[in-house]
Amino acid sequence: MEKPLNNRAWLMVAPVLVLVLFSALLPMMTVVNYSVQDSLGQNQFFWNGDAWFRDLLNPSTEIGARFSDALLRNLSFSLVTLALEVPLGIAIALCLPRGGWAVGPLLVIIALPMLIPWNVIGTMWQIFSRADIGLFGAALTGLGLHYNATQNAISAWCTIVVIDVWHWTPLIILLTYAGLRAIPDAYYQAARIDAASRWATFINIELPKLQKVLVIAVLLRFMQTFMIYTEPFVVTGGGPGSATTFLSIDLVKIALGQVDLGPAAAMSLVYNLITLTICWIFFTIMTQLDRRRYA
Amino acid sequence: MSRITLEGIAHSYPRSATMALQPIDHVWEQGRAYALLGPSGCGKTTLLNIISGLISPSQGRVLFDGRDVTQLPTEQRNIAQVFQFPVIYDTMTVAENLAFPLKNRRMERAAIKARVAEIADLLDLTNDLPRRARALTVEAKQKVSLGRGLVRADVAAMLFDEPLTVIDPALKWHLRSKLKAVHRALDLLMIYVTHDQVEALTFADEVVVMKDGRVLQVASPAQLFERPEHTFVGYFIGSPGMNLIAAKISDHVAHVSGHDIELGARYPKIKNGEAVIGFRPDFASLVPEGGIPVQVRRVEDLGRRRLARVALGPHEIFANVPEGVSIGGGQAGLTIQQDRLFVYVNDELVLGDRR
Amino acid sequence: MSISLENVTVVSMGASIVTDVSLTIERGSINVLLGPTLAGKTTLMRLMAGLDRPTGGRILVDGQDATGVPVRERSVAMVYQQFMNYPSLTVYENIASPLRVARLKADEIDRRVQRAAAVLGLEPLLGRLPNQLSGGQQQRTAIARAIVKNAELVLFDEPLANLDYKLREELREELPSILREAGSILVYATTEPLEALLLGGLTATLSQGRVVQFGPTPRVYHAPSSIDSARVFSDPPLNEITVIRQNGSLRLGQDLVVPAVGVTAAVPDGVYRVGFRGDLARIGTAWPSSISFSGRVALAEIGGSETFVHVETGLGTFVCVERGVSMRQLGQSVVLHVDADRAFVFDEAGSPVVIAPNA
Repeated sequence: MEKPLNNRAWLMVAPVLVLVLFSALLPMMTVVNYSVQDSLGQNQFFWNGDAWFRDLLNPSTEIGARFSDALLRNLSFSLVTLALEVPLGIAIALCLPRGGWAVGPLLVIIALPMLIPWNVIGTMWQIFSRADIGLFGAALTGLGLHYNATQNAISAWCTIVVIDVWHWTPLIILLTYAGLRAIPDAYYQAARIDAASRWATFINIELPKLQKVLVIAVLLRFMQTFMIYTEPFVVTGGGPGSATTFLSIDLVKIALGQVDLGPAAAMSLVYNLITLTICWIFFTIMTQLDRRRYA
Repeated sequence: MSRITLEGIAHSYPRSATMALQPIDHVWEQGRAYALLGPSGCGKTTLLNIISGLISPSQGRVLFDGRDVTQLPTEQRNIAQVFQFPVIYDTMTVAENLAFPLKNRRMERAAIKARVAEIADLLDLTNDLPRRARALTVEAKQKVSLGRGLVRADVAAMLFDEPLTVIDPALKWHLRSKLKAVHRALDLLMIYVTHDQVEALTFADEVVVMKDGRVLQVASPAQLFERPEHTFVGYFIGSPGMNLIAAKISDHVAHVSGHDIELGARYPKIKNGEAVIGFRPDFASLVPEGGIPVQVRRVEDLGRRRLARVALGPHEIFANVPEGVSIGGGQAGLTIQQDRLFVYVNDELVLGDRR
Repeated sequence: MSISLENVTVVSMGASIVTDVSLTIERGSINVLLGPTLAGKTTLMRLMAGLDRPTGGRILVDGQDATGVPVRERSVAMVYQQFMNYPSLTVYENIASPLRVARLKADEIDRRVQRAAAVLGLEPLLGRLPNQLSGGQQQRTAIARAIVKNAELVLFDEPLANLDYKLREELREELPSILREAGSILVYATTEPLEALLLGGLTATLSQGRVVQFGPTPRVYHAPSSIDSARVFSDPPLNEITVIRQNGSLRLGQDLVVPAVGVTAAVPDGVYRVGFRGDLARIGTAWPSSISFSGRVALAEIGGSETFVHVETGLGTFVCVERGVSMRQLGQSVVLHVDADRAFVFDEAGSPVVIAPNA
């Protein structure tokens, strides 16, 4: 069953299409172009086919090894931060009051970290983590820990993880809180009547009802952590060595540092495809959940 | 547990000037089914929540079998409640849902299993026991909600908050008969809140009719229909409701628009003779000749009966048109069954001296 | 103005929602679309309004093909089940909104709004916002907005379904007079047979996307053209028994044989489906010609003026309607008597064999 067709609406979308073409599609096609060509300098390019791609996906080549290392770093980073952020976010959301005057101000305070621009965060924490003038760094060394964000790989990792958790747990808190508020009172009342403990209420009522919200939250956060660039770049520069050289940082090094456009472009595309695939997986999970709900 | 007593219960919500509930005294006996019936905002849900413990009343006491439970929270009151929409635990099977309240109270496994089987049998859920609760139809889910309340043998009262709201109208009668069957089988005190007269009258032994926080009448369905003690009760129960006409009463006659209507009793004490007479359309008929002359505005053929809208002066009245009687033209006669003609002053029923 | 649907079919997502419907409705008529949920009532109304196009068939307005004409170019007003009002406008502005869009003069707008408000009893509420009104008042506002346009076609999609039953009764009583004044074509969709009977006019019974019968309401009620039409137009649901007529007797179910009386006396031997509404079955007292069998009371649904008594028998569960408040004991053994003079007799395909003349 269709509505009567009115094609004039397409004209309204045209300007946006032009903009998208200019700012997204054309640059993207340029990247694809670079990824199948090689250059000997002086702006002369020749066709290289899928050579870059094969090199990339072969861990025994130099570029392949770099790629798989960086990919591994990205994945473990995402997993670690998610493993920390999600339970922490849920726990804090559960502690927030369900109503009353305090809710507004509390939510604003919680949201503050998200409002800070990413490179400002990077700079902030760079100073914060210095052992001599930074509170964080000084406190940790004061406690006797060997903490040095720029020289010690573990410290660097921990710092980046802490930055991300500090920056983005509020998102999980807000999403979870919204999800919790959507649960009708009757469920809590029924749980009280059934003499369910707080834990049982959480496991049996709140968590199942939060499923969709959590999938969205995890999806968003996974995407963001997977694409992380500014914070490690500003705080550790990708070091020490290559300890915090994530895919994005590596890409920039190859593309702009070494001006090796071919491999960089290929890496770029593969990176994009991986992100899209994971996105698609999450989306399928979400729609399956929906379908099951109405089964 | 034999009864729940309300002593002087009244309630007004914080920051609200009006009383949500005017002072009430009532005793709810075990084994009886009650309905709280009234339009939206009449206070019925507030009253239910005071009994269940979700709200602490501004005044008065709630006693369970003589024990003051006013300050006790819900979980310590031994009540069970069924809500407007099914409340089930999505991740559990039907059997686990039904067992949940018992598990939390640390009953032993074998006893739980037996009790679950018993209640499932009562509600026709035996075949659904191993299925995931969220995969059931709405009616079955509501039965599971009901079952979770019934599964505890020590439940003092079952409270229902408009439980058939989301049920398909064609299937409502099935759940209504299940509720009645459960009531008979388990001899529980049941209190049912609704704004629908059919639900209240079908379910309850006694109906508490409420409006604006006040209890207007507590009576059996038949009494509410045959002898409403308040004009609102007369209006609210019955389709259509009672005809209510302002009249001047002198002793045993009501004067309406220049006509005299014979009342079945004497009313010597009415101040200024100003009152309202009420009679149900079910007890008023049109006759082609005789009776009180009225103008026929419209006769509606409702299939199994005919309803006439007539006018007596400025007053609009509904009356039945008996079968076989044909009303032609604009005039007819109205006859009213005398023992079903009531007199109300300030909306309250006034009893006269029957001669 | 007249609207015709010619062999209209609507298929959506592989399922046929409306199948081969042909219907003509005339100016100044009240037309009721009666049918259960998902019978196709809303779909048909949307087609008439121009909100959707049919997959097959044509829609003619005054003889001209209007199948693709969008709703904005037609003169249509619609009232929905969920009382839809503009939440930030007062009642006055809500009612006036279609007139403002049509750019009428201010005094003309005022005149029409006052008139519509008077018809629906909204005069004291004109300055309020919708969220300050009760459900019934909000729906009245929506209805006023629909009639103030003087549109040629006014559609009501189960407008009373979301109201408390008492409010529903009140509006139901007032609607016929309100609608009769409007003079447009009125199409009213409902699941309640009572509403169709109260509104009068013409009724179309719908079942599974087909119009089963269309005609003057009393005729469709008393003389259904098929068992489907009778089923749609019955509340409580139509009682049905399969009977085998043989040698002057009726065989009911497995082992019950009764004399063939009333309407069943005149039909030839064969298998039939006897349908009778709740008021033709009663407990205890027999009819001049009765078909009787025993059962137990399963439930008495008390509705104030009427009681629906559900009786479980070996032949199925039947519902009979009793006047007033009838206190029946659950499980009570009773004898159910069916009025054989006025029951409907259908053949196995559902076509009427005998439709007794009714009042």
